[in-house]
Amino acid sequence: MTTAAATHTHRDDVGSRMGMWLFLFTELILFGGLFIVYAVYRFKFPEQFQLAARELDTLVGTVNTIILLTSSLTVAMSITAIQQGKKHLSMMLIGMTIIFALAFLVNKYFEWSHKISIGIYPQSPELLNKPQGEILYFGLYYVMTGLHALHVIIGMVVLLFSMVFIATGKINQQSYVKLEAGGLYWHLVDIIWIFLFPLFYLIS
Amino acid sequence: MTTVVRTSEPDYLHAQTNRKGISAWIFSTDHKRIGILYMVSMLVFFLTAVVLGVLMRLEMLTPGKTIMEPQTYNTFFTLHGIMMIFLFIIPGLPAVFGNFLLPLMIGAKDVFFPRLNLLSWWLFIIGGLLALVSLFLPGGPADTGWTFYVPYSIRTTTNVIPALFAAFILGFSSILTGLNFITTIHRMRAPGMTWFKMPLFTWALYSTAWIQVLATPVIGITLLLVVVERLFGVGIFDPNLGGDPVLYQHLFWIYSHPAVYIMILPGLGVVSEVLPVFARRTIFGYKVIAYSSLAIAFIGSLVWAHHMFTVGMSNTGMFIFSLLTFLVSIPSAIKVFNWIATLYKGSIKIEVPLLFVLSFIFQFSIGGLTGLMLGVLSVNIHVQDTYFVVGHFHYVMFGGTGFGLMAAMHFWFPKMFGKMFKKTPAIIGWLLMTVGFNVLYFPMFFLGYLGMPRRYYDFLPQYQSYHIISTVGSWILFIGILIIFINLIISLKKGMKAPANPWGGKTLEWTIPSPPPVENFQEIPIVEKGPYDYSEYEIKPEIAK
Repeated sequence: MTTAAATHTHRDDVGSRMGMWLFLFTELILFGGLFIVYAVYRFKFPEQFQLAARELDTLVGTVNTIILLTSSLTVAMSITAIQQGKKHLSMMLIGMTIIFALAFLVNKYFEWSHKISIGIYPQSPELLNKPQGEILYFGLYYVMTGLHALHVIIGMVVLLFSMVFIATGKINQQSYVKLEAGGLYWHLVDIIWIFLFPLFYLIS
Repeated sequence: MTTVVRTSEPDYLHAQTNRKGISAWIFSTDHKRIGILYMVSMLVFFLTAVVLGVLMRLEMLTPGKTIMEPQTYNTFFTLHGIMMIFLFIIPGLPAVFGNFLLPLMIGAKDVFFPRLNLLSWWLFIIGGLLALVSLFLPGGPADTGWTFYVPYSIRTTTNVIPALFAAFILGFSSILTGLNFITTIHRMRAPGMTWFKMPLFTWALYSTAWIQVLATPVIGITLLLVVVERLFGVGIFDPNLGGDPVLYQHLFWIYSHPAVYIMILPGLGVVSEVLPVFARRTIFGYKVIAYSSLAIAFIGSLVWAHHMFTVGMSNTGMFIFSLLTFLVSIPSAIKVFNWIATLYKGSIKIEVPLLFVLSFIFQFSIGGLTGLMLGVLSVNIHVQDTYFVVGHFHYVMFGGTGFGLMAAMHFWFPKMFGKMFKKTPAIIGWLLMTVGFNVLYFPMFFLGYLGMPRRYYDFLPQYQSYHIISTVGSWILFIGILIIFINLIISLKKGMKAPANPWGGKTLEWTIPSPPPVENFQEIPIVEKGPYDYSEYEIKPEIAK
C-alpha cells in the first residue's frame, strides 16, 4: 500500500455507485456506436436484412433471453441476501448467476458453430455470394453478439470475484457496494441483450 | 499500512513509502505523483513528435525529395498526429495538471478512485508503448494519417492494427480519468465550496471529463470495428462488401470533434486561472465563463460533420452543421471577451505565465476566427484538406492548448517542485516560441488559400517561398521550446526555493507549502470566499469616478 491509499479510509458509497453508473454509461455508448451502424444499414437494405434474419433460430434466442433475465433476478436476489446478512445464500445465488451465464454461452456456441457449419461466416464463399445487405447483417450479427459474449465473460469474472470477496468478508452486510457494482454490470449485460434480441431475431 | 512517516509532514516528492526507488513512483496512488508521471511520459512523447514535425517541415523546404522518401513522409505525418493527439494533447492538461491540481483546488486529499487513477496511467503507458512497438514490427509504421480513414486503413499493409489498439487503450485511459474527475468533483469538494466557488480550471476539467466519458467510447468501438474488418473482413466499412466508408467518417468525428474540446477546454481553464492572478482582479463574468465551458462541451458534441462537408451530405445536413459550428463560437468568444475585460483596469504584473497566456489569447483568436471561415460552406469547399486547415488547427491546438500548457508549466512549476525557474531564459524562450510559431503557421493560411493540399509530399514551385518561411519558423520555434525545457530542467536542480504562494494566487493550492505535503491539507479547509477575491487591490469607488 502506498501512502495515499494507506491513509484513505473514507468511504462514500454514493460516490462509488456514481462512478459505476458513469462507467455503465460509457458501455452503453460503446454499443450505441454499433446500434447506429445497424440502423444505417438496416435503413439502406431493409429487405435483405429481413431475409437474413429468417436464418436465425428464434427459439434459441428466446431461450437465451429467458436465461439472462433469470440470471438478473438471481444477482438482484444475492444483493438482498447480503443486505440481510445471509452470506451463504448470497454466494449460492451468485453461483447460480454464473451457471446461467455459462448456459447462455454454451447456447451461443452451438448457435455460432451451426452458422459456421452451413457456411455463414465472414469471407466464406457462401456468404460472399449473397447480396450485400445479408453480408452486412451477418457481419454485424457476429460483431455485436460476439462483443456481447465478451461482456458476458467479463461479467462472470466480476461475479466470481464478488463471490470470493463475500467468502473473505470483504463484502459483508455493512459494505456491499462492490457486489452492487457487479450486479449493475450484470444488468447492463442483460439490457444490451434485450436490445440485440429483437434487432436480430424478432424483426424478420 | 503503518509505514507512513508523519513526523514533520514530508512533502510528496520526498515522502518515504514501503516501496523503494522507481516503484515508489510507478505504483504510487498519490494523485500528485501520478500527475508528475504523466508529465514526464507525456513530454517524452511530445518532444519526439516535435522532432518528427521539424523533420517534416525540413522535407517541405524544397519541391521533390529534400531529406526523406515519400513513404517515410507518410509515416511521419501519421506518427506526428497520433503522438501529438493521443499521447500529448488529450492527456496533456487534464491528466498532468488535472491530476495534480484538482484535489488541491477543491480541498481534497486525493481523487475519488486513487487506484483507478494509477490504472489510467498504466493504460496510457501501455498504449504509448504499443504505438512505439508498431514502428519496429515488420510491415512498417502506419501511414494512414491519425484519422485512420477507411478504405485505405483496411487495405494498407503497414502496422495499422497495433496503432489502432494503441488508440483504443489510450481512449480507455482517458475515459477512466474523466470518470474519476466527475466523481471527485461531485463528492469531494471541501465544505463551503459550492459549485460556483470552484476555480474555473476545475470547471473546465469538469466539462472536459464529461466529453471524455461520453464521446470516447464511440471512437473505441469505431477503431475496434476497423481492427475486426482487417482481421476477418466483416464488411462493415468495406465498400466491396456493401459497407459505407462515409459512415466511418461520421463515427470517427462523433468522437474526434468533441475530442478537440477535450484538448482546448482545459487550456481555456488555465487562462481563466492565470489572468486574475496577474491582473490582480476578480475574473470578469465568473459564472458566464463556467457556463460557457459547459456550453462548449454540449454544442461541440453536435458539430462533427463539419469535417466532412465535401463527402456529399444533404444540403439540409450541411446547413445544420454549419449553423451549429457558428453557434459553438459564441461561448468561446464569451471567454475571450471576459478575459480582456479582466485585464482592463487590472494591476497587471508581467510574469512568464501571463506572457504565455497573452500569446494564447492572440493565437487562439486567430485559430477561432479561421475556424469560423472553415465553417462557412462555400469557403470550406475551397480550402477543405488544404494547408489552411493545417494552419487553423495548429493555431488552436498548439497556439492555444500548447501555449496554455506552457503557461501552466510555469505557473504551477513552483508548486509542483518547490523551486523557482529563471525568468530571463523563460522570457527569451517565450519570445522565440511566439515568433517562431507565427512564422511557422501563418504562411499556411496563404498556402492553403492558394490550393496547397495537406499531407502532400511534393508541391509546385510557386508555393516554395511560403514553405521556406514556414520551415524557418519551425527552427525558431524549436529553439524556443528547447530553451524553455532546458531552463525548467536546470531550475529543478538549481532553482531558488519557492514560497508557498509566489504569484499571489487566491485558490486553495496556494495555501499549502510548495511542494505540497503527502496529505495535501493538514485539515480540510472550509471555503468562505470565491476563488478570485482580489478586492484589496481593486480601485475603491471614490477613486474610480
